[in-house]
Amino acid sequence: MKVTMTVNGATCSGEVEGRTLLVSFLRDTLHLTGTHVGCDTSQCGACVVHVNGRAVKSCTMLAAEAEGATVATIEGMADADGTLSPLQQAFQDHHGLQCGFCTPGMVMSAAALLAENPKPTEHEVRHYLEGNICRCTGYHNIVKAVLAASGQDLPAVAAE
Amino acid sequence: MYAFDLVRPATLADAVAAMAHDEAQALGGGQTLIPSLKARLASPATLVSLTGIAEMVGVCRGDDGAVCIGGATTHAQVARDVAAHYPALAKLALGIGDPAVRNRGTIGGSVANNDPAACYPSAVLASGATIVTNTRHIAADDYFQGMFTTALEPGEIITEVRFPVPMQAAYIKFEQPASRFALTGVFVARYADGVRVAVTGAAEQGVFRWSDAEAALSAQFAASAIAGMAPDADGMITDLHGTAAYRAHLVGVLTRRAVEAA
Repeated sequence: MKVTMTVNGATCSGEVEGRTLLVSFLRDTLHLTGTHVGCDTSQCGACVVHVNGRAVKSCTMLAAEAEGATVATIEGMADADGTLSPLQQAFQDHHGLQCGFCTPGMVMSAAALLAENPKPTEHEVRHYLEGNICRCTGYHNIVKAVLAASGQDLPAVAAE
Repeated sequence: MYAFDLVRPATLADAVAAMAHDEAQALGGGQTLIPSLKARLASPATLVSLTGIAEMVGVCRGDDGAVCIGGATTHAQVARDVAAHYPALAKLALGIGDPAVRNRGTIGGSVANNDPAACYPSAVLASGATIVTNTRHIAADDYFQGMFTTALEPGEIITEVRFPVPMQAAYIKFEQPASRFALTGVFVARYADGVRVAVTGAAEQGVFRWSDAEAALSAQFAASAIAGMAPDADGMITDLHGTAAYRAHLVGVLTRRAVEAA
């Protein structure tokens, strides 16, 4: 079947099977490989994208269910000239990534949090990122980056 | 996953018609079913997606005061829209999985699946809620029939769940940290005609009412009324996360905490 959706502002169409996952459509059909597949069981969050403004795990949604939707992926976060978004820049400034595999999902989840709650507490950041697993950083610098991107003073985060 | 035909009806009537296909399976938010399909634990010939049916989404108050939640309403929407009407239920919804899961998973999907460690069944049973389907109304006490087993007939779709609003209620979940399912969870709801206590995550039969605690709490709604009490460990789940005796102990502790939080 044919699906059409708006991805990062552009109208995109492609042929999918009923069983095609949204992440497969993004990566294999649209070649937007910034969205990662980590666990493929909806636990790790590397595949988080926004569908109609809400964070979802694109490995656990069928592409056909995004018919007509507005989808945002990590590729749409930076400006066209490559200038990073403030949130992405904060991840770089605060060393919120090491291997980078989880980073697309972390950034998209954090962006959804800041859209809902522009000044989250450290606890709220940690709670919101429960569904995003990072095996490098121990999370502290990710939490710092999100707090910094929210424009708040940066306290020493817990466990430091 | 195996191939299937995907149908995306826009109306309940079209969904009911599509469910008449051989080996048709309803798809809610897919947060359990899609991983099950990937693992080839399910192989429906037709998958009927319920997420595009506007009439099955939303929250309202019924004429009798009950909170009515459309079957295809996501956990995230329940957390937002039910907060003013039934705070304990909204808080339960806010504790399911993680934000991305809550943005897809639906109450109808959770209640239809009746996972023995899911959160919603405890609220449905403790509230004495009514499961509304395309054909009938089912009382919560008649609906849950064991692990992953319900009163639903093949092809039947949960269109709404109606919750009578209690005077006091709370849900306390002891979370399994990897899956965020309830290792054990207890929902306590106090109504004018008595207290109902429903337990999820603990028993092999799935969600159940702890009647001894209900009797004690109906006489006196205080944690001290059930001091030292725990249900029998017979029939409780033993797995790598905890023994039957541990879960029975947790039920007592969590019920007392829920009474204090209500």
